[in-house]
Amino acid sequence: MTTVLLFLFLIWSVSIWWLSKQRLASKPWLESGRELTVKRVDGAQFLKPKVGLIVLLAIIGMFFALLISANFMRQELHDWRQVPLPNITWLNTELLIMSSLSLQFALVIARRNRDSSFPQAGAEVTKPTSSRYIKIGLGLACFTSLGFLVGQLMAWAELSNSGFNLTGNPANSFFYMLTGIHGLHILGGLVVLGRTIQGAWVEMPREQLLQRVNLCAIYWHFLLLIWVALLIVMLGWAHDPFISAHH
Amino acid sequence: MADKDGQIHDHITPLEVAEVELYHATSFWTKYIFSQDAKVIAIQYSIVATLIGFVALALSSLIRLQLGFPDLFDFMTPETYYQFVTMHGMIMVVYLLTALFLGGFGNYLIPLMIGARDMVFPYVNMLSFWIYFLAVIVLCISFFVPGGPTGAGWTLYPPQAILSGTPGGTGAGIILMLLSLMLFIIGFTMGGLNYVVTVLQGRTRGMTMMRLPLTIWGIFTATVLALLAFPALFVATVMMLFDRALGTSFFMPSLVEFGDHLSYGGGSPILFQHLFWFFGHPEVYIVALPAFGIVSDLISVNARKNIFGYRMMVWAIVLIGGLSFIVWAHHMYVSGMHPYFGFFFATTTLIIAVPTAIKVYNWVLTLWKADIHLTTPMLFSLGFIVTFVNGGLTGLFLGNVIVDIPLSDTMFVVAHFHMVMGVAPLLVVLGAIYHWYPKMTGRMLNDTLGKFHFWVTFVGAYLIFFPMHYVGLVGVPRRYFELGDAAFIPESVATLNSFISVAAFAVGFAQIVFLYNLIWSIRNGKESGGNPWRATTLEWQTPQTPPGHGNFGDELPIVYRWPYDYSVPGASADFTAQNDPSPRVDAKTTL
Repeated sequence: MTTVLLFLFLIWSVSIWWLSKQRLASKPWLESGRELTVKRVDGAQFLKPKVGLIVLLAIIGMFFALLISANFMRQELHDWRQVPLPNITWLNTELLIMSSLSLQFALVIARRNRDSSFPQAGAEVTKPTSSRYIKIGLGLACFTSLGFLVGQLMAWAELSNSGFNLTGNPANSFFYMLTGIHGLHILGGLVVLGRTIQGAWVEMPREQLLQRVNLCAIYWHFLLLIWVALLIVMLGWAHDPFISAHH
Repeated sequence: MADKDGQIHDHITPLEVAEVELYHATSFWTKYIFSQDAKVIAIQYSIVATLIGFVALALSSLIRLQLGFPDLFDFMTPETYYQFVTMHGMIMVVYLLTALFLGGFGNYLIPLMIGARDMVFPYVNMLSFWIYFLAVIVLCISFFVPGGPTGAGWTLYPPQAILSGTPGGTGAGIILMLLSLMLFIIGFTMGGLNYVVTVLQGRTRGMTMMRLPLTIWGIFTATVLALLAFPALFVATVMMLFDRALGTSFFMPSLVEFGDHLSYGGGSPILFQHLFWFFGHPEVYIVALPAFGIVSDLISVNARKNIFGYRMMVWAIVLIGGLSFIVWAHHMYVSGMHPYFGFFFATTTLIIAVPTAIKVYNWVLTLWKADIHLTTPMLFSLGFIVTFVNGGLTGLFLGNVIVDIPLSDTMFVVAHFHMVMGVAPLLVVLGAIYHWYPKMTGRMLNDTLGKFHFWVTFVGAYLIFFPMHYVGLVGVPRRYFELGDAAFIPESVATLNSFISVAAFAVGFAQIVFLYNLIWSIRNGKESGGNPWRATTLEWQTPQTPPGHGNFGDELPIVYRWPYDYSVPGASADFTAQNDPSPRVDAKTTL
């Protein structure tokens, strides 16, 4: 359970940092009837979905940390035979990286477009880049992600053809389960990405489009991070120090 | 400190809350069935949770019938007994308490108490309820499939949970149970996301975190715990479903069943226990923290006095929430673990007693020299404090490895957790319903029936669970369908078991009276007006009762003070609402 505790420690640290800004040591009973100055937060209406996504990512992170913890506990038993990763996995990883980069590209363009429609004082006014580039970025991300999913299915097929079926060895079971659950998360992201692409097509307001592209990009980067962690686990490079010491 | 405009602000600047565009329902369907209004969703959650809770109550009566008066009915076989025990536990913990506290009270109170028009993601909120509803339906279906529901115990320990010796183990029972739990978790996550983001981003002007009522602190922290703990249960259910349906061996060791070698091999049942209790222990606090918060507010209102040590109360809630994640293995002392691990988990377990005791002291000190009004909600709150202390004290027994080992798997454990996480939070739920029912309906619940309900429930609970501690101490194991003629069990146990059962039926009857009161008072209750308890928090200051769509009329309230200005010396009334701009009377002397 070391992995999940480490992840939890990360969440707790962020929470404590946030709480420390909430004046936990104040004496609210002495502040009755006092006005509070109000600071305007630009784009506050766009903050809610972002905070929502970050909370969601914390939950998804917890989910995968638990799966990885379970994997670590199981892999220390003597019957564990690490699955040889099919070569296509590396191609898939590249596709996922490309899809993350495409979204980042779309985000940069969308941000530049927004800035050119609301120029900051003193900043040079730039011409908006054609939103065609946003569409290209989003489309590319969609294709590479679909490519990733197809590639994962091919990896499954290759493994089961060479005799590594789901029930053969606990390592196999974990391999199929971890990759499957990760794939489902990509699939869920694709639904949202599809709606974003649709929004780019009907020329939704720039600010709103930027928001959607931003959320997609954060989600994709996070899933890429998880995928890298899963790769390290599935390659057998990582161990739980507590459990390893025990055996 | 002064900012560049020269304005003084030593406060955290509250979030600028823009007016939100509300979804306006037009038809009956979108207004009351597929509603996106948090208040309607709250009532939907509460009704479904209460109904399924009554199913669990009926099951507990059947369990008590068997224990108190063995072999009275033919249908009560060991198999059905296990199924009833399992379903009773699972429903009460997950589908009733969690759903009612967070889905019910959370949905109703969060937007109203923080001064918001609605939850931040109303559509997701609606989905949350309907997925919960689906989870309850799937759970109910399992009663009617061949083989019946699972009888694996609410902990669903493998390997027995998916073997043929356990009712529902090889049939559809266990599969439906796992699917239902997965649905519940997905639905809850949607709701929980809403509660957290609403508290973070939806507070009205002036409502800083340190001006939140403790109810919101409790619900907020419990939701964070639930969002982080339920994934562990989700992982456990997914892996068990793989084992059961696809033949993997995540949890299943090599087994011989009736002479047959099963295809399982090498899996680790202990791994399941770790995952389950990593969820299971925070779950105790998912239920307890909202109760802590709500009871603080009920006590303060009915004692006409500010809550003692508000800051400490907030810190204690946060600290309990944090600690609750590093105690899970105290449920596994008898599973075989390294003694140092047992020592570690016993220590963390006992450390939780510190913030918890702070809370108990603060409740008691709030009552000290207070103008106590013994209303029905107050009676339930006082009942909670006593019950929580009693249940908590036996927790000190069970938290110590060496005391736990002989007591493990006896009725003592059953008595302990029913006291501390069954009866105590339920007393708060009931008190809270008496407290907020006037806001939901505009009418008071009948007080005479309410007092009757309280006394029978409270005294009855003690008549049930005090003797049960004794039954456990003399060594009666839990989960036994029948005790038979075991030599070590004294005759008094049988007598006590009958006595406990009779008390349980009385308590069950009182809940039916309560249900009748709930329905009867919708039309016949005394009109309550907007603020019958003369309380300070924002939900009592709404222009309409019950609050209309959007909660606060044209203008959102602005908050000028903390929620506990009761009996302030020199103030014109004995309470000052949170949105009342008048300055503190004795401000000069205290600042």
